[in-house]
Amino acid sequence: METLASILSELHPEVDFSLDHRLIEEGILDSFDIVTLVSEIDDRFGVVIPAQELTPENFASVRTLYNLIVKLKEN
Amino acid sequence: MGFTTVKFALFFLALLIVYYRLPGKGQRAVLLAGSWCFALADGWRSLLMLLTTTVTAWAAGYVMGENQSCLGGKKARAANRPWMAGWTILNLTVLVLWKLCQSETASRALAGGDMAFLTRGLPLGISFYTLQAMSYVLDVYQGKVEPEKNFLKLALFTGFFPQLVQGPISRYGQLGNQFGERRDYEKKQVSFGMQRMLWGSFKKLVIADRMAVAVTALKDPQYTGGAFFLLTLFYAVQIYADFTGGIDMALGAAQAFGVTLPENFIHPFFSKNIAEYWRRWHATLGGWMKEYVFYPVSVSAPVRRLSKAARKKWPGFGKRLPVYGATLVTWLATGLWHGVTPNFVVWGMLNCLVIVISQELTPLYRKFHSRFRWKEKGWYGGFEMVRMFLLMNLIRACDLFPNVGEYFRRLGSLFTGFSLSDFACLDQLGLTALDYGILLAGVAVMAAVSLVQVKQGSIREKLWRRPVLRLALGFGLFLTVLLMGWYGVGYEAGDFIYNQF
Repeated sequence: METLASILSELHPEVDFSLDHRLIEEGILDSFDIVTLVSEIDDRFGVVIPAQELTPENFASVRTLYNLIVKLKEN
Repeated sequence: MGFTTVKFALFFLALLIVYYRLPGKGQRAVLLAGSWCFALADGWRSLLMLLTTTVTAWAAGYVMGENQSCLGGKKARAANRPWMAGWTILNLTVLVLWKLCQSETASRALAGGDMAFLTRGLPLGISFYTLQAMSYVLDVYQGKVEPEKNFLKLALFTGFFPQLVQGPISRYGQLGNQFGERRDYEKKQVSFGMQRMLWGSFKKLVIADRMAVAVTALKDPQYTGGAFFLLTLFYAVQIYADFTGGIDMALGAAQAFGVTLPENFIHPFFSKNIAEYWRRWHATLGGWMKEYVFYPVSVSAPVRRLSKAARKKWPGFGKRLPVYGATLVTWLATGLWHGVTPNFVVWGMLNCLVIVISQELTPLYRKFHSRFRWKEKGWYGGFEMVRMFLLMNLIRACDLFPNVGEYFRRLGSLFTGFSLSDFACLDQLGLTALDYGILLAGVAVMAAVSLVQVKQGSIREKLWRRPVLRLALGFGLFLTVLLMGWYGVGYEAGDFIYNQF
């Protein structure tokens, strides 16, 4: 979770990701951020997020994104 | 059969009466029969192409569904891949070939022969329902939606008549299930639908078609400098009123039948940056491109490999490479979807260029705004909106010039030959002082309605509680359309700009 929050902070230094933000609903992440995140997650976690998982539900919060990484890592 | 014709009004009312009067479960069949008649009214080519896309999409979905239940998991995916890829390649090829046949070269080559019918315009709605059906096939392949076994439901998803003229582009998950149950007559729904159709016809007939006269005149090569600035401004008004008017009529017609189509415009001229603008303008095409082109390209294996290699040399730029690569492909596809002529490719690339430059300048913006706190001031938001409006007007004007060289010549003249005296051309454009007055008032009404909707929500909902005012406004709007609509000699009712794409 901490690594994920630090990646997000690099993308948006103005947002405090320790708070429970709704990343898509609040307009914090756009499609460009999502693709950059996918690339960073591939680098740091060794997890490739496929296109069909790029959904608003999976990127709704730091928690849902973390759950997605865990799920993909287990598979 | 255009939305703004008497023929359409009669067709719509007759279908609506039969739809709600019919007992039992026949509503879906009536709606489908009506939709196919609507397509047939455009010619047999339109109905035949719609049926081909629908039948092949249904068959591909059916086979993929059978594979999913018999094989399951990765085996089903492997077995379904050829069906998904085959359907996509076949339908995209057909769409591109139809578009190519509309070029002057193809028209000359095929003129007088057996294949000349291919050059007489695109089949109705082909650019829209091809993308819509493709999203269904791809969603079934990815397991996002269940394959539809009921052919009537899928046929209504691809062929529901309000969306055939110029979209919006719906997804099966949004629309398919709305054709499942019987709908009883609800006065409020039908009334809201008709109000929206009337509002759409006001935008189209009073504003867009009147403005089209000035836009056509301003395309003449003599109009450069300040006159070109007027052209970009007038075209912005024309295409906004034309496209949103058509979408209002489509969404209103659907609502009268109890069906909710997705919104395609979310007050785009209030956007403060280009990314926001494209989330608000033709939102269903943007959403489609994001999901089925931008994301798949940006996370594809070749792009990831390229990005990793680039990061070793240029760490910062390498990180952004997948985003920029996918943006380039997405805008190329968006440009080609509008038309396979060079100006649409250039239009797409100009949008791509502005997006990439905005991204690259983001750190600079952040530094600037941390030093000067202008963003917190009220006027700065207005400045950003005007800046975006003017920039998008310049790029959008590329639509008007199939000869790209001519577009750049006019664009250049803005900087080399601008003079306020160029505005004197206003009295040579085929419009009278009264026409300009009507246009100004029309634009003011559109802007006021947008502002009220943003600040206070649905106007129709507020008026519902005030029946006398509602009736008076409705009657006033109807009279305005009747008396001030543009019905000149040679007027071809129902020609929406986005109908040609």
